Amino acid sequence: MLYAVLCYHNEAVTEAWSKAEDDAVMARLAAVQEPLARQGKMGPVARLLPTTAATTLRSGAGEPVVIDGPFAETKEQLLGFYTFDCASLDEVLDIVRDLARANPGGSYEIRPIRIFKPGTAGS
Amino acid sequence: MNDIAWIDAAFASARPQALGALLRYFRDLDTAEEAFQEACLRALKTWPQKGPPRDPAAWLIFVGRNAALDGVRRGRKHEPLPPDEVLSDLEDAETDLAERLDGAEYRDDILRLLFICCHPDLPATQQIALALRIVSGLSVRQIARAFLVGESAMEQRITRAKAKVANAGVPFETPGAPERAARLAAVAAMIYLVFNEGYSAANSEEAPLRAPLCDEAIRLARLLLRLFPAEPEIMGLTALMLLQHSRMAARFDAEGGIVLLEDQDRSLWNQGMIAEGLALIDKAVRHRSPGPYQVQAAIAALHARAARPQDTDWAQIDMLYATLERLQPSPVVTLNRAVAVSKLHGPQAALEMIEPLAPRLSGYFYFFGVRGALLQQLGRFAEAREAFNQAIALANTAAEAAHIRMHLDRLQQDGTAEAG
Repeated sequence: MLYAVLCYHNEAVTEAWSKAEDDAVMARLAAVQEPLARQGKMGPVARLLPTTAATTLRSGAGEPVVIDGPFAETKEQLLGFYTFDCASLDEVLDIVRDLARANPGGSYEIRPIRIFKPGTAGS
Repeated sequence: MNDIAWIDAAFASARPQALGALLRYFRDLDTAEEAFQEACLRALKTWPQKGPPRDPAAWLIFVGRNAALDGVRRGRKHEPLPPDEVLSDLEDAETDLAERLDGAEYRDDILRLLFICCHPDLPATQQIALALRIVSGLSVRQIARAFLVGESAMEQRITRAKAKVANAGVPFETPGAPERAARLAAVAAMIYLVFNEGYSAANSEEAPLRAPLCDEAIRLARLLLRLFPAEPEIMGLTALMLLQHSRMAARFDAEGGIVLLEDQDRSLWNQGMIAEGLALIDKAVRHRSPGPYQVQAAIAALHARAARPQDTDWAQIDMLYATLERLQPSPVVTLNRAVAVSKLHGPQAALEMIEPLAPRLSGYFYFFGVRGALLQQLGRFAEAREAFNQAIALANTAAEAAHIRMHLDRLQQDGTAEAG
C-alpha cells in the first residue's frame, strides 16, 4: 500500500524560526528519510512554498474561478493531489481548468514546490 | 529545538495578532504591551510542561487581557489573582475565543498595529525603530545596536515616537475601504524601509546586527499578504524583497568588497527565495494592475532568471524601467534605466540619457559611478577618472569607495595600454 502523509504546521511559527533552526529541523528530517529512501520505501517528497504563494481554483456552476491564496474552506476534504512541471502559473492554471471541467465541483489549491525529491518507492 | 527556541518562535509569530487585539481592547499601547508581556511570562511558566497551546495568539490574548483587567481590578479592590492553574487551563476558552474573533477583525488589528508605526511626522529611522520594537518585539538594546546608538538614546527616541503616535489618535473603528488601502500603502513603504535598513548595511561593520532586518521585513510582508491575499502590490513588495535578499551571499567578496550583479557567483543565489519571488510575481501579473513594487520585482526577476549575465533580457528590463518612470518618475529610476540602455544600445546612448540628470544627482554616489563606467567604455579616460573621483568623495561606505578605486586601477591599466 502506498501512503500519502500530509504535513501541517502553523506557518507563522515556522517562518519565525531562524535559518539555523530551520536548517536543524531539515537535517533531522533528512536523517529520518535517508534509510527509508535506501530501502525503496520513500516516494516523492515536497516542501511547499508558503501559502502566500498559493492560488486556488474553485469549480462551480460556470467557468472555474481563480482566487488568490490557499484553500480556506473546512467543509471539503482533501481527496488527492497532482504534481505538474510547468513554466508559469498560467500554464498550470490551464491544466487545472481542464481537470475542473472533467470533475464537477470541488476546489484545487495550487502550491509552488520549493524542494522536491522524486523518491525511490515503486522503482 | 529546545523549549526556549520554540517558545520564542511562538511569541514572535503571535505577537502582531495578540498585541493588535490587546491594543483594540485597551486603546493604549503601553497597557497592551504590558498585558502581552505578562501573558508571555505566564506562558513561559506553563507552556514548557503542557506543550504549546493549539492557538498561541488566542492564548496570549486571553491571558493578557485577563491579567491586565485583574491589574486594574486589583488596584481598585485588592482582589487576589486567580491561581496560575486556572489561567493555564484554557482549552475551552481558547477554542471559544479563536472562533469568536474572526479573521477580518484580526486583519484590521494587525494592520492598525503596523500603521501606527507609519505616522507621517516620524522620520524614517523612527518608523523603523518603532516597528521593530512594537511589531517585531526586538528589545531596545537590539535596536540600539543595529542603529549604532546608545541604549538610553534609543529608549528616548522610541518613547518620543510612541508619544507622538499616541497623540495622533489613530482611530480604532473598523476602517473603510479607502482608509484601509491608504494604511496598507503606508505600511508597505514602512516594511520596505525596514528591509533597506538591513540590505544597505550588508557589508558594513554593523552587518551582522542589521542583516536580520531583511528577514524580519520579509516575515512582515508575508504576514500582510496572508491578511490581504489579493493585493498585487503586496505580492510585488514581498517578491521584490525576496529576490533582492536571494543575492545576499553573492553581493560581497571575502574582504567585504562589492561584487556587481554581472560578476556575482550565481550558484550562491538562494533558489528557495527566488522560486517564491517568481511565484508571487506570476500571481501579481494576473491582476493586470501594475505598481512600482511589482515592476521593480519584475526587473529583479529577469536578473534572477538569467543563468549567466549574458542571458539577461535587457530589452525587457529597459521596458520595465520605462514603465517605472511613468509610475514613479525619479532621476534615480532613469539612471538605472540607462544601465539597461547601455547594454542594449551602447555607452553613448546611455550617457546622453543621464547627462540631463546631473543637476539633480550631483550629490549621488551611484550617478558618478555609472557616469565614470560609461565614459571609460567610450575611451574618455580623463573624464572617467574625474567622475570616479567624484564618486569616491560621495561614497557612503568604505566598500563603495574601495569598489570605485578598483575601477580607477583598471582605468590606469587601460590608459597605459592605450598610450603604449
